[in-house]
Amino acid sequence: MLDHFSYIITVFLMVSGLYIVMARGNLIKKLIGLSIFQTSVYLLYIVPAKLVGGTAPIISPQFSVYSNPLPHVLILTAIVVGVATMALGLALAVRIREAYGSIEEDEITRLDNAAEQAETR
Amino acid sequence: MSLLAHAPALQVVLPLVSAPLAVLLRHRNAAFAVVTAGAWAAFAAAIALWLQVGESGVISYHIGNWAPPWGIEYRVDRLTSFVLLLVSGMASIVLPYSRASIEREIPRELHYLYYAMFGLCLTGLLGMTITGDAFNIFVFLEISSLSTYVLIGLGRDRRALSASYRYLIMGSIGATFIVLGIGFLYLMTGTLNLADMAVRIRDIESSRPVLAALAFLTVGISLKVALFPLHQWLPNAYTYAPSAVTAFLAATATKVSVYVLIRFYFSVFGESLVFAKLPLPEIMLLLSLLGMFAANFIAIFQDNLKRLFAYSSVGQIGYITLGLSFDSFNGLAASIVHLFNHGIAKGAIFLLIGGIVAAGAKAGTGPLPLSFDRLAGLSRRMPLTCFGIVIAGLSLIGVPGTAGFVSKWYLILAAMDKGQWWLVAAILASSLLAVAYVWRFVEAAYFRPAADEVRREAPLSMLLPAWLLVLGSIWFGLDTSVTLGSALDAAQHLIGSKP
Repeated sequence: MLDHFSYIITVFLMVSGLYIVMARGNLIKKLIGLSIFQTSVYLLYIVPAKLVGGTAPIISPQFSVYSNPLPHVLILTAIVVGVATMALGLALAVRIREAYGSIEEDEITRLDNAAEQAETR
Repeated sequence: MSLLAHAPALQVVLPLVSAPLAVLLRHRNAAFAVVTAGAWAAFAAAIALWLQVGESGVISYHIGNWAPPWGIEYRVDRLTSFVLLLVSGMASIVLPYSRASIEREIPRELHYLYYAMFGLCLTGLLGMTITGDAFNIFVFLEISSLSTYVLIGLGRDRRALSASYRYLIMGSIGATFIVLGIGFLYLMTGTLNLADMAVRIRDIESSRPVLAALAFLTVGISLKVALFPLHQWLPNAYTYAPSAVTAFLAATATKVSVYVLIRFYFSVFGESLVFAKLPLPEIMLLLSLLGMFAANFIAIFQDNLKRLFAYSSVGQIGYITLGLSFDSFNGLAASIVHLFNHGIAKGAIFLLIGGIVAAGAKAGTGPLPLSFDRLAGLSRRMPLTCFGIVIAGLSLIGVPGTAGFVSKWYLILAAMDKGQWWLVAAILASSLLAVAYVWRFVEAAYFRPAADEVRREAPLSMLLPAWLLVLGSIWFGLDTSVTLGSALDAAQHLIGSKP
């Protein structure tokens, strides 16, 4: 059980993030869920790459245990992507607030449906 | 020639450089010139690569001279070069078109940003196609996705914003699923290079993480492909995005995702794993059929012309994935060739619809003159536009003499190879649904009385690119050496041998 501690945390974050995205109607809360979901993937990559006591891959007689640097670099990229997604999502939420006067999904869907019915009539 | 040797890198770098340049120039004409030049240069590079692959086979380009599997490798085979041609070609046609189109749909001070985003989107799509590195696929996927969300959000209607937001949520979930899948593969194989991964995966084929990776990748990519129950983001995004954006996305974005799916299935996991260990062909067959029938059926009842063809796109994606699910030479060839044929036909239709919007905006009839009441008698006002939509519509149906026929023919051949006659009937029956929705347009435009009969065509700079694609969908129905030739070549390369 304790051996897989990090995986349990990863799965917990993943599932709860995805649940928030699906279950919440508030656009900001959805983005928070999305962020948690993405963060869980960072953990999934980083944890197997890190060895206890491991160091950066520098050839030196003092060190014999190394962590794998590649996943760290990959996740650095993924974090940047996550930040960009979050920034864009929040910007869209602001624009939606300006255009609809609400950031609740139900309300926006209601307004959209009303507009659609007005068009077809 | 040394420049030619670097064509794989230039393919991606040139549009990538054009995007920030467009932002720095801050002027819409200058931005237009730079990004269009970038797209045309990318198209030239794609043609060069296509010819080069024909001569010398697979091209492997090492970024920064770092040898794979450590460095990032760009790998161009027949399928890659074929998709590169489609993507860069569509960008080269849509960009000149968009100048007149966005004039009426996007505020002027935002034009330079539109071009910058277009350049980035093109970069992402080309990069996803050409790269031979799994994590690189994710990075380019996000470059293209993020710029796509912005492009959709530029639409005039406020519903463009909510459509863009919805796509952002769905798309990010899809992309995260893809990283998850790649992560599992990396953990199991210790490599990110697709070719290297394909070799190493053989020893651990049936281990659970590999199967989990396959499942995550399938769901994640299917979200981007808009495979039937995962298509909810698509209709609104296509309907409310600016016309030029809709045309470009419909012709390329989902197609590149299909390409990535094919790449993972056939070049990494291998047929035996994908199609034997999991009930994937059955699931895919079922979802494709549902898409072909349900989406095409929903399309018939839409009142907005753009939304009608958006649903038709979901249906057409069904044909592409149906070909994949056969796991046969002809099926794969049908998928690949339909990817191209549907791309140009749907691109043509959305470009022409953009013309209707532009002409309507000029006449002051409101921003979205696309309900069928407004379209009544349109053929008298815009004969060339309507005729173009009808021809491209025939290609969607799959009438002999159009490009759509070629792909449907191969799809039917593949179904007959399997001895599945009921599938042949299903493909024909779903084509009848396509007849129905194209007929709705014909009925409104040609047989209803017009409110006024003043001729008011779209500007020439919009008609010309659109008609280029319309003629293309006839040309590739008659001369199939480029499209079908490439598809058969690619299928043979992927599957290994002819049946």
